[in-house]
Amino acid sequence: MLEETLILFRNIRNPDYDKSLKGYKKAGGLKALKQALEMQPDEIVQLTKDSGLRGRGGAGFPTGLKWSFMAKDTGKPTYLVCNADESEPGTCKDRELMLHDPHQFLEGMMISCLAIGCRHGYIYVRGEYWPSIKSLNAALQELYDDGILGKKLLGKGPKLDLTVHPGAGAYICGEETALLDSIEGKRGHPRVKPPFPAVSGFNACPTTVNNVETLTCLPFIVNEGAEAFKAFGPENNAGPHLISLSGHVNKPGVYEVRLDANLKDIIYDFGGGIPNGKQLKGVIPGGASSSVLTADEIDVTYSFDALAQAGTMMGSAAIMVFDEDTDVVKLLHRIVRFFSHESCGQCTPCREGTHWARMIIRDFLNGNGNEHKLKRLHRVGGNMMGTTVCALGDACGMPIQSFTTKFADEFRDVQALAA
Amino acid sequence: MDAFPTEIVRFELDGKTIEALPGESILQAAQRTGSEIPHLCYKAGYRPDGNCRACVVEIDGERVLAPSCCRNPKEGMQVNSQSERALHSQKMVVELLLSDMPEQGKSPYTQRSELDIWAEKLGVVQPRFAGRQQPVQDISHPAISVQLDACIQCTRCVRACREVQVNDVIGYANRGDHSTIVFDLNDPLGVSTCVACGECVQACPTGALMPSDNVGLEVSDKTVASSCPYCGVGCLLTYDVKDNRILRVEGREGPANKSRLCVKGRYGFDYVHHPDRLTQPQIRCEGVPKTVELLNPSDFDKVFRPASWEEALEVAASGLKRIRDEQGPQALAGFGCAKGSNEEAYLLQKLVRTGFGNNNIDHCTRLCHASSVVALLEGIGSGAVSNPFTDVEDAEVIMVVGSNTPVNHPVAATFFKNAAQAGKDLILIDPRRIDLARYASYSLQFNPDTDVALFNALMHTIVEEGLCNEEYLAKYTEGFDALKENLKDYSPEGMAKVCGIPAETLREVARRYATAKSSIIFWGMGVSQHIHGTDNARCLIALALMTGQIGRPGTGLHPLRGQNNVQGASDMGLIPMVFPDYKPVGDPTAKHFFEKLWGTTLDPNPGLTVVEITEEIHKRNIKGLYIMGENPAMSDPNLNHTREALARLEHFVIQDIFPTETAGFADVILPTSAFPEKTGTFTNTNRQVQLGRQALEPPGDSRQDWWIIQEMAKRLGLSWNYRGVPDVFEEIRKATPSMAGITWDRLEQDHSVTYPCENEGDPGDPVIFTDGFPTPSGRGKFVPAKFSQAAELPNEEFPYVFITGRQLEHWHTGSMTRRAGVLDAIEPLPIVSVNPSDLGQLGVDAGTTLTVQSRRGKLTAFARGDHGVPEGNVYMSFAYNEAAANLITTDRLDPFGKIPEFKFCAVKLSAGGDPAPRLV
Ligand SMILES: Cc1cc2nc3c(=O)[nH]c(=O)nc-3n(C[C@H](O)[C@H](O)[C@H](O)COP(=O)(O)O)c2cc1C
Ligand code: SF4
Ligand code: SF4
Ligand code: SF4
Ligand code: FES
Repeated sequence: MLEETLILFRNIRNPDYDKSLKGYKKAGGLKALKQALEMQPDEIVQLTKDSGLRGRGGAGFPTGLKWSFMAKDTGKPTYLVCNADESEPGTCKDRELMLHDPHQFLEGMMISCLAIGCRHGYIYVRGEYWPSIKSLNAALQELYDDGILGKKLLGKGPKLDLTVHPGAGAYICGEETALLDSIEGKRGHPRVKPPFPAVSGFNACPTTVNNVETLTCLPFIVNEGAEAFKAFGPENNAGPHLISLSGHVNKPGVYEVRLDANLKDIIYDFGGGIPNGKQLKGVIPGGASSSVLTADEIDVTYSFDALAQAGTMMGSAAIMVFDEDTDVVKLLHRIVRFFSHESCGQCTPCREGTHWARMIIRDFLNGNGNEHKLKRLHRVGGNMMGTTVCALGDACGMPIQSFTTKFADEFRDVQALAA
Repeated sequence: MDAFPTEIVRFELDGKTIEALPGESILQAAQRTGSEIPHLCYKAGYRPDGNCRACVVEIDGERVLAPSCCRNPKEGMQVNSQSERALHSQKMVVELLLSDMPEQGKSPYTQRSELDIWAEKLGVVQPRFAGRQQPVQDISHPAISVQLDACIQCTRCVRACREVQVNDVIGYANRGDHSTIVFDLNDPLGVSTCVACGECVQACPTGALMPSDNVGLEVSDKTVASSCPYCGVGCLLTYDVKDNRILRVEGREGPANKSRLCVKGRYGFDYVHHPDRLTQPQIRCEGVPKTVELLNPSDFDKVFRPASWEEALEVAASGLKRIRDEQGPQALAGFGCAKGSNEEAYLLQKLVRTGFGNNNIDHCTRLCHASSVVALLEGIGSGAVSNPFTDVEDAEVIMVVGSNTPVNHPVAATFFKNAAQAGKDLILIDPRRIDLARYASYSLQFNPDTDVALFNALMHTIVEEGLCNEEYLAKYTEGFDALKENLKDYSPEGMAKVCGIPAETLREVARRYATAKSSIIFWGMGVSQHIHGTDNARCLIALALMTGQIGRPGTGLHPLRGQNNVQGASDMGLIPMVFPDYKPVGDPTAKHFFEKLWGTTLDPNPGLTVVEITEEIHKRNIKGLYIMGENPAMSDPNLNHTREALARLEHFVIQDIFPTETAGFADVILPTSAFPEKTGTFTNTNRQVQLGRQALEPPGDSRQDWWIIQEMAKRLGLSWNYRGVPDVFEEIRKATPSMAGITWDRLEQDHSVTYPCENEGDPGDPVIFTDGFPTPSGRGKFVPAKFSQAAELPNEEFPYVFITGRQLEHWHTGSMTRRAGVLDAIEPLPIVSVNPSDLGQLGVDAGTTLTVQSRRGKLTAFARGDHGVPEGNVYMSFAYNEAAANLITTDRLDPFGKIPEFKFCAVKLSAGGDPAPRLV
């Protein structure tokens, strides 16, 4: 029986936990920040590299490495922007962290600011998350009142300000460069890269964008060391990870796991299996944009590398389970409709491609599909991948390609049924 | 883009090694070396946006395809634009876009759809996707039709409108497949804030934005590279001609316009095809009296009779000859025109000086920048601009005084806005709050008429706070002590009340101007058209001299010249006091030089200026007048008086393309060629000499202006024998040493050459005064100015200040633009702009009529509320003969520049009144 690991959720799982600054301190909080203040920025970066921490926002990019890309000696300020836009369908882990243990996250953010020399950090929170926004602002107020943030970090460090910036309901503003445009007050359009944010990001200054969960790992890493963190997973897949489990399971929710757990165990142990004794048909293992896994494919280690090997990805670690009664054509339609609705609309393969993909799937739903269209759908999906300004193109292409391959017969069945 | 590489990079494209110049993208390098990569959202000169993805290429070692328009190659990079993956993606993009075209697979709006061109090249024929519901056509704008069913969301128009012309009308709205371009808040184009610059139309690759009359589907016979006939910016353009008609106009890469145009240059050309064009010489019928009333065009045939050229020239010349021979040369005068070419201006002044035998030759420069030129000649020995306006790119501070640049020099204004967007400080000094204010760091809306007080306060601050450039003062200037002495009385604190600007603001602006690495000053007629216009300009010159903000890139003094050739016409000596190249007529060396060049003796006495000539006609001292193109019956101050004078002329010959208000007073009218019907050189405000090329044949029996002047000269006893325009240009090179290095061949080749260019092969100097000034001492001279007031101040009876000027759509007296279909459709009625709170007080609703009356005249026009016009002021353009603003203005002159005070007189306003009938 799989057990929850309790690192990031240590306080949250404690029913008596008081999430105020006082409570956080009582639970041992801010120790890491004090220690980080004694360290050189490079040391924090190195420690993070050593810990093997990979980004929890979706791409799994090594965090310490990303920090080390920051352009140096530009004469410009550097920025840390926290991506709290959490909009990938099925994902709701950052919300838990911000809502129920804001100080742990903010301590991580402060440590990270020290690491990259940021004097003003921004937290871009999904607009619909107003309780999280409230919770963060209250926590920030406590930090300012306590003299921890402001002119001198902890009363002796460099100046540090943190600002919460609410989004306005666009999924695309979770893409890091669209997010930066959005904070700058522009329409959220992903930027063409290069240049990457580390060279030219917020206000054209060197910038790192990191996910909430990524930053929340920092206090543990500083307190317990790189090796301790690494111990929570196989080689190259370090640390505990929050997963958002949803769909046809008996106990949906956010769970903290080691990165060597098996996906099947996650579904059956944490999730308590499929309701009403139904059979499992498939799993979307890493948010709507990951390739689907069939029932035969779920016996896989839930880690970055193992999932990649299985032809899919961990993404934002949102696991969506669907049972035997699920109409996969409808399911794909729902997913594609989401991406087509959320495409920023600037680049052709995505703007037009998501639209046409949706139209073709609708043809199937209306009984107007055929073998030809199935192929075309597959190709439109393929053409969105690797050709667009941002990864939303890939995000829509991957489910299209995997569904049309793995469930091709169901498309044919819908057709036959209609005919 | 990557940080700009500074070195040439060698990389491999489709197996071939090619070089990329510093800063070039893969696409640009490919294009330059003759390879084709499809592209749609990229447009040369615009910021690449990388959105269409038609240009994707495969780069070795990269997982995803890269947009070649946005990617700088790296040394040794292996790029493949033809690989299966790249080609497949390129084709898919084109196919997806084609499938939405209204007629699948082809734009029905233009012959030149770039999408169609690439589809053909890539072999994408029949798209496999069904078209979707598309927006309907928007034809609400007179100039531009919008058919977004052909839009491919490339955002070239968005960049055109927001980043190039900076008009901020077009936006990108909605998401995903609902993405669409919108005007303002999704308004129809016709009711949006669009200024019809047409940049978006020029940028659109598919015909989704087109000129309104379906010209996109017509195939032209030829294209002609020429320039714009309107303002002093001097945009280069291309005419598309079919059957001797201009189909459309496109901006062409020129040093002053970088392919941009404004509404006049782009849509204001069909005046040349207007039925009013004069096509045959006309002689006034025997016994038809001349009165102050304007001739109604419908009565034209009752007053004039057509004549042969032989007869008309004979009558025209003999009348002038008779007056010259019987009453002496001083009884004759001539008005030239800053719309004519250098060659025409040169010939006309030569005709007056050698044929009439006096220096009574002037032109509309008198009415625009005469005072600026006097102050410049006096202070720094040259009337031309020190730096081109494109130098704003190198400036830190850009000061714009008395110029509504977006209206009067629209394309220059786009460069100002670009600079402001790039973070430079724009400082506006103007009683009206103009559109540029949106981009300005400071907008000083000072009290009209208090210019000298304001400038002196700025200079006072600079002296008091020790911000003068002492080194520059010592090396390059003289007379500073007198200036300093004069400035004592003008502390910002003292002047704040006078000019209505807080002292601290004055100080901040002074500091910013003085301490910036480079500051440049532009000014317009808000400075010059005052009886203290020369003093105003003197202050600006002093400001630049005391801070050393001149003689380097991004600094200097730039009086924005009004007409397309006002710089050239002045250079050519179309001014009563100077020969070509500003050589004083009284200077014996100069006189000798020109006597030799022209083979005759010359009058050593300066002639009379425009308004002085009118006065002398009024007094019946001048009896014969020759006019080329000017329209004093509309453009001169105190029109009732001017028209009276014109009616008193014994013999009056005019050459023009239209029966203008002035032509109605003539004895002989000689029909000439319009701008696109002739070839000649024109000098813009940047001192760039540019070619206007003939695109059309003149209609009927109208003739070239240079030919007409030569025929007149022959009949006045001169033995001229120019074979054509290049002959005249050759003589100009001899008469004007600063242009001696410019050859006709070079103009043919380069289209544009900057003077001074003294020797063949010189590149031409865009920045002058880099080492002192062309004054006798080599130093710039400070001339102190004292605050003085306008000739006519408001009082209880005439409580409002009346300011005249121009408007975007209409050129000067409207003779061309009111006959241009699009321009007339956008602004058809005479408008008087008033602050809404004044309108409220007067009980006048915007859009209803308002009567304006001064001590000299009265008019009725339509009221328009304008928050930019300060309370107590009214503003009007002088383009409308049914409500001629100059009926109101005063003819009091600046004592030095002899320029009338068009920018200030006292009026009373009353609600209602009947507008006079329009006479065009
Ligand atoms: C379309 C799109 C949406 C995204 N949305 C989110 C998001 O909501 N939250 C997030 O943390 N990252 C999101 N990302 C990933 C970010 O671009 C970025 O990679 C991430 O914030 C980096 O943080 P990390 O290195 O800590 O993972 C999104 C990416 C794309 C392409
Ligand atoms: S891939 Fe889609 S969301 Fe991303 S930039 Fe292109 S159009 Fe926008
Ligand atoms: S014509 Fe000019 S102002 Fe009007 S929408 Fe196009 S670019 Fe903008
Ligand atoms: S209107 Fe033309 S220029 Fe503008 S986005 Fe559409 S296709 Fe591009
Ligand atoms: S031309 Fe490069 S993306 Fe459009």
